[in-house]
Amino acid sequence: MSMFAVALIAVFVSMLLVIARSIAGPSLYDRVLAVNSFGTLTVLLIGLLGFFTSRPDFLDIALLYALINFVGTIAVLKFVRHRLLGAAKPQHDIARKTNGTRETTGGQP
Amino acid sequence: MGVIIIDLVLFGFLVLAALAILRLTNLFAVTMLAGLFSLLAASLFITLDAVDVAFTEAAVGAGISTVLMLGALALTTREEKTLATRRAFVPLICCLVTGAALIYGTFDMPAFGAADAPVHTHVGGEYLQRTKPDTGIPNVVTAVLASYRGFDTLGETTVIFVAAISVLLLLGFPNRANRRKQDEDEA
Repeated sequence: MSMFAVALIAVFVSMLLVIARSIAGPSLYDRVLAVNSFGTLTVLLIGLLGFFTSRPDFLDIALLYALINFVGTIAVLKFVRHRLLGAAKPQHDIARKTNGTRETTGGQP
Repeated sequence: MGVIIIDLVLFGFLVLAALAILRLTNLFAVTMLAGLFSLLAASLFITLDAVDVAFTEAAVGAGISTVLMLGALALTTREEKTLATRRAFVPLICCLVTGAALIYGTFDMPAFGAADAPVHTHVGGEYLQRTKPDTGIPNVVTAVLASYRGFDTLGETTVIFVAAISVLLLLGFPNRANRRKQDEDEA
């Protein structure tokens, strides 16, 4: 059994543990961290798969996954904290100030 | 052999994640597990050598959809209301029969990666031979997309660009627009 097979088994065991953590929770941050770790494990899996099948051509794709994983985690955490991604100002008081011109701004919080 | 075992393990995780999504009532956990599900699907696409599809799945499924689902979650409650469940046998049987029919349909397909599959005997070889002298691009897929079907790709890109602009117009940038209007009113 090659070195890469052993590493793959280790990654799969870690994946199982991380899935268990994201199902069990209990807190929100456990789950965010679980999905973030799962993304990292996916990066490792892509790298190992390349060397396991002796065609490590897709190693640069693994780098892109690492970037997406990082940006995604930041986006989720920012959303959890602010409930908004772009703007910081609550929308209803703007709608109140300019009322009459924009009455149907939709029922946003 | 090894790759088959890897596929089976990944499919096992996929089923585990899907069952957890069905059973859990905490909607935030469901959203996170959906992202995890997408990452697993992307890994499976990579074992099939479809790295571009896998990358799209990871970016859209695990990235954008998770944020969109969280946006929907901000408008509703954290917990799913559990209704009194009734055993629905007819839909279950429908699903099983349809699934069995689809799997039966795959038996007629050529084996995975077979060289004599129709898709490889049509014009594929022609492209493989002519791409390098025709265009000088080493990657055949890129050559087909950007050179042989250049106008098609341009059209697709235009459609996606217009769609993005429409979505932005519909969602709007209320703060910036209103602030400008407010400044004009005050001036």
